[in-house]
Amino acid sequence: MADTDTGVQPKRTGLTRTQKRRISRGAQYAVLVAAVIAFAVSADWGRLQNQFAQPAIAKQLFPELITVALKNTVLYTLSGFVVGLALGMVIALMRLSSVGPYRWLAGIYIEIFRGLPALLIFIFVGVGVPLAFPDVQYPGGTYGKVAVALGLVSAAYMAETIRAGIQAVPKGQTEAARSLGFSPARAMVSIVLPQAFRIILPPLTNELVLLFKDSSLVLFLGVTLEQRELSKFGNDLASQTANSTPILVAGLCYLLITIPLSLVVRRMEAKSLREIR
Amino acid sequence: MSRPEISVRDLHKSFGDNQVLRGIDLEIGQGEVVCVIGPSGSGKSTLLRCVNLLEEPTKGQVFVGGTEVTDPDVDIDAVRRRIGMVFQQFNLFPHLSVTENLTLPQRRVLKRDKAQAARIAAENLARVGLAEKADAYPASLSGGQQQRVAIARALAMGPEVMLFDEPTSALDPELVGDVLAVMRGLAREGMTMMVVTHEMTFAREVADRVVFMDGGVIVEDGRPDQVIGAPRHERTRHFLSRLLDPAMAEVEEDVPDQGGTGRP
Repeated sequence: MADTDTGVQPKRTGLTRTQKRRISRGAQYAVLVAAVIAFAVSADWGRLQNQFAQPAIAKQLFPELITVALKNTVLYTLSGFVVGLALGMVIALMRLSSVGPYRWLAGIYIEIFRGLPALLIFIFVGVGVPLAFPDVQYPGGTYGKVAVALGLVSAAYMAETIRAGIQAVPKGQTEAARSLGFSPARAMVSIVLPQAFRIILPPLTNELVLLFKDSSLVLFLGVTLEQRELSKFGNDLASQTANSTPILVAGLCYLLITIPLSLVVRRMEAKSLREIR
Repeated sequence: MSRPEISVRDLHKSFGDNQVLRGIDLEIGQGEVVCVIGPSGSGKSTLLRCVNLLEEPTKGQVFVGGTEVTDPDVDIDAVRRRIGMVFQQFNLFPHLSVTENLTLPQRRVLKRDKAQAARIAAENLARVGLAEKADAYPASLSGGQQQRVAIARALAMGPEVMLFDEPTSALDPELVGDVLAVMRGLAREGMTMMVVTHEMTFAREVADRVVFMDGGVIVEDGRPDQVIGAPRHERTRHFLSRLLDPAMAEVEEDVPDQGGTGRP
């Protein structure tokens, strides 16, 4: 009689959801800890330290590590970023133009420079252009060359980012500006671009992080001692000392810059999420 | 009626195959307030947007203050300075404070100096009752306040004509009154106004004329008490009965060209 009772609960089979979740998570942690332990035990720390972390050699790197290498990395990156931003802006506006040939040219530029490895562009700028135009000098010598090469690479990415930002500004903003008597160009500069840049600040900062790493390609342009940046500097001193400590130290210098930048981006993204209008 | 401030002649507008305006003739005199009413898709907003050329007409002419807006050689930016426009979605500039929303256009477009622009901005904010919000940003304002700032922004340019594109349609019902009060005040001061709206009370009390549009043509044009009070056309009666008493409306079949949506 009890079997036909409608109040009977379905019989519980196996584990509850909480139990299952606890077991699955426990298994994941166990695997993780096992992997770390296996790595730590099997690596030969003594030899690693000997090759990569010798305090005496690290000390020799100063002060040139900061006054030359880090300074140049920052200089190359920022100059490349400025060139890329200016060029990217022009290309983004061409991409959005009502004039067909402008749109096509911009599209071709973006596809080519996004599709080629940065290294090839560095070789093209450093070797190809001086061969083709022997009388043309890059302003600022190597610094100008690097700014152009990094600018050409980053402009393609930034153009797409800027275009997306401009298109994310509601059409009503342009209409309001135009109805007040703004010319199309002035509406773009005074009303649309300031809002677009607010939107694309996080992706632009990410682009800056990428450029920091790409600046290491300077090493293929042939630079003097004073023009060396972190990677070249680390690499050169590693050969001189027959030890890899300089490379580890140079790597830490990159992280010193890129990690805070990433944190800034994350904070900006969180902020813009909160400010959704 | 004195010389027409706005004059529309045989205006046509198509979006692809979709004929939205099919021959509009309309004159609005100086200081006149004209409300344009009609079902959605009837072309009333498109007509308004053709007056300051936010939409380019397919055919026909538009004159504002004696200047042909539709002339291909006209300095459209100069014409638009004389035509204020208020949008359904306010379209305030979110990256600028309320005062900057009013001063930036004056400075960039009219080349007024900083002090003059600030003075005119303050005057117009006071005019719409928002002097105390001068330093706020649009996002912190209610819809009704944003719309009043948008009206003040247009007025700060010293327009001769004001166009309103459903200025209260995006507002919560309790915020509509403040915006309408500002518009009523403007009408009293003698501003020439063309208002696309669903606010029948406003149309009845403030408008000098009411124009009923349907299917891309003007069906009825006359004094508010005629068009709203005693409409002559069945289409007008039908629209008004659905608008004034939506709970009583019957489900309709979509019959093309029959007081419907204005789509072909």
